[in-house]
Amino acid sequence: MMRFSYSRPQTIAEAAAALAADPSAQVIAGGTNLVDLMKYDVTRPGTVIDINGLDLRGIAVDGEGTLHLGALAANADTAYHPDVESGWPLLSSAILAAASAQLRNAATNGGNILQRTRCYYFYDPSTPCNKRRPGSGCGALNGVNRIHAILGESPDCIATHPSDMAVALAALDAVVRVEGPAGERQIPFDDFHRLPGDRPDLDNTMERGEIVTAISVRPQKFGQHHTYLKLRDRQSYAFALVSVAAAIRLEGDTIDELRVALGGVAHKPWRRKDVEGEFAGRPATRQTFEAFAAALLEGATGHGQNDFKLDLAPAPSSVPLSRHTPVPRRISPQRWCSDGPLGFSHRPAPQPRRR
Amino acid sequence: MPEAVAPETGTHTISLTIDGAERSIIVDPWTTLLDLLRGPLGKTGTKKGCDHGQCGACTVLIDGKRINSCLTLAVMKDGAEITTIEGLATGDDLHPMQQAFVEHDAFQCGYCTPGQICSAVGLVNEGHAHERHEIRELMSGNICRCGAYTNIVDAVQSVLDQTAKAPTP
Ligand SMILES: Cc1cc2nc3c(=O)[nH]c(=O)nc-3n(C[C@H](O)[C@H](O)[C@H](O)COP(=O)(O)OP(=O)(O)OC[C@H]3O[C@@H](n4cnc5c(N)ncnc54)[C@H](O)[C@@H]3O)c2cc1C
Ligand code: SF4
Ligand code: FES
Ligand code: FES
Repeated sequence: MMRFSYSRPQTIAEAAAALAADPSAQVIAGGTNLVDLMKYDVTRPGTVIDINGLDLRGIAVDGEGTLHLGALAANADTAYHPDVESGWPLLSSAILAAASAQLRNAATNGGNILQRTRCYYFYDPSTPCNKRRPGSGCGALNGVNRIHAILGESPDCIATHPSDMAVALAALDAVVRVEGPAGERQIPFDDFHRLPGDRPDLDNTMERGEIVTAISVRPQKFGQHHTYLKLRDRQSYAFALVSVAAAIRLEGDTIDELRVALGGVAHKPWRRKDVEGEFAGRPATRQTFEAFAAALLEGATGHGQNDFKLDLAPAPSSVPLSRHTPVPRRISPQRWCSDGPLGFSHRPAPQPRRR
Repeated sequence: MPEAVAPETGTHTISLTIDGAERSIIVDPWTTLLDLLRGPLGKTGTKKGCDHGQCGACTVLIDGKRINSCLTLAVMKDGAEITTIEGLATGDDLHPMQQAFVEHDAFQCGYCTPGQICSAVGLVNEGHAHERHEIRELMSGNICRCGAYTNIVDAVQSVLDQTAKAPTP
């Protein structure tokens, strides 16, 4: 690890000012991603700003029923919080599908959505990578790209965003609250992460000096009609190859509202609100959901080793929804997988305990 | 007086309670908690496997919660209470989880064991695992290269059963 100096500001304003003043400074929260990247020499902060002295650990529901998650609240404390378990169970399941129990105890909500890609070339400073070193090329494009993007990628970068929590937050239309030298602002989740384009070094739309203070999620109206499903190389403690956060509201047998975000397929959680809108009012049948999955994945392309995602992605996009319709209760991923088109067994991600 | 651990480069004085003993320590900001424990403090009971959060060998309890000490900077933990495998027993009396690992033959080479036991103690404290599949899921952050998983789950299950039977105060 490179040497660095360390500071621990006590207020958000101090932290933001320190971050804005020093281009080599980086924030540390749980450290589970930043320390890892520093050990691999992927990132070399001159100063590490420890924000753990800031009062950003709260989890609360306000008078209007909106959930506010402090940026420094631990992933584990968030997933097991009674209000989150009862009001936003999709979020709980997505968080619990990620990493390990130890990591979730240390990982924070802000750090989770800001974690960097797991692209092998990004992690190896001896190889070209436009995200790590702009202009050096993309090692993955014609290289080992099994875990890479099939949607929204650019010739400069085909990386995916690795967070599970972010996929659920995308489906739930969360808002990210940030504060910087220019004041506070709120960023709709869709606008928070970006596609790589010709600036793959930028993962998100935060400005220099800004700090995530909270993530807010409005009350959801999906009852039990939601699921987080994660397909990966082993049943636990592995990043998603493809994941889906799906939620649906029905009027009788008709789709009233549909929200689907995919993980593991793009530089950001993949949502097509235009397609979701087109499917409102259609009958909630398997055929409809298959058509929806096809529309959601329109334009998807493989890069060789990740071609299998083109076959893998449609099933989780459509089948969890189909399973919702005949039986109005939370679906079991185990059931749809064993008789589903994938033909391999899949254990459900741990679900929050029902009260 | 702080113990001078690395006076030529040390820049931060922190105080930690480690396995019950309070200590004042000078650390470099880039020293991980794991390297502090195993190096200057000589607490080699905590193991380094991958050094990247991928194996769980370095698991310790901070204020009762299990974390990977390899991905934590020591300087960030000023004021914390840290329990390692070396602090679980009371004198010659093993912690119930240590006893259960012995009784269930829950290790072979033993390299992953300190992390497994600390993780299992954390799991019991957290209270989210009840059934076998939940133990497996919530212990997945601890890899055992010898593949002692079946007996590890047995050991953890036996402590959970004891805890469930114990009268609640
Ligand atoms: C072995 C392993 C397996 C994993 N598996 C999964 C998985 O399956 N799914 C998954 O989703 N994740 C997984 N993770 C990633 C893990 O979830 C992240 O490392 C964690 O969420 C990051 O949170 P943190 O608080 O530790 O962030 P840090 O490491 O402290 O920070 C991460 C980044 O965010 C910045 N940052 C942090 N907080 C703020 C803030 N408030 N404002 C501005 N900038 C900030 C930091 O500067 C840094 O760039 C895994 C990690 C490991 C090591
Ligand atoms: S895919 Fe993106 S992160 Fe990976 S090597 Fe290419 S530019 Fe770097
Ligand atoms: S040494 Fe920390 S997780 Fe492997
Ligand atoms: S007992 Fe050898 S690694 Fe677990």
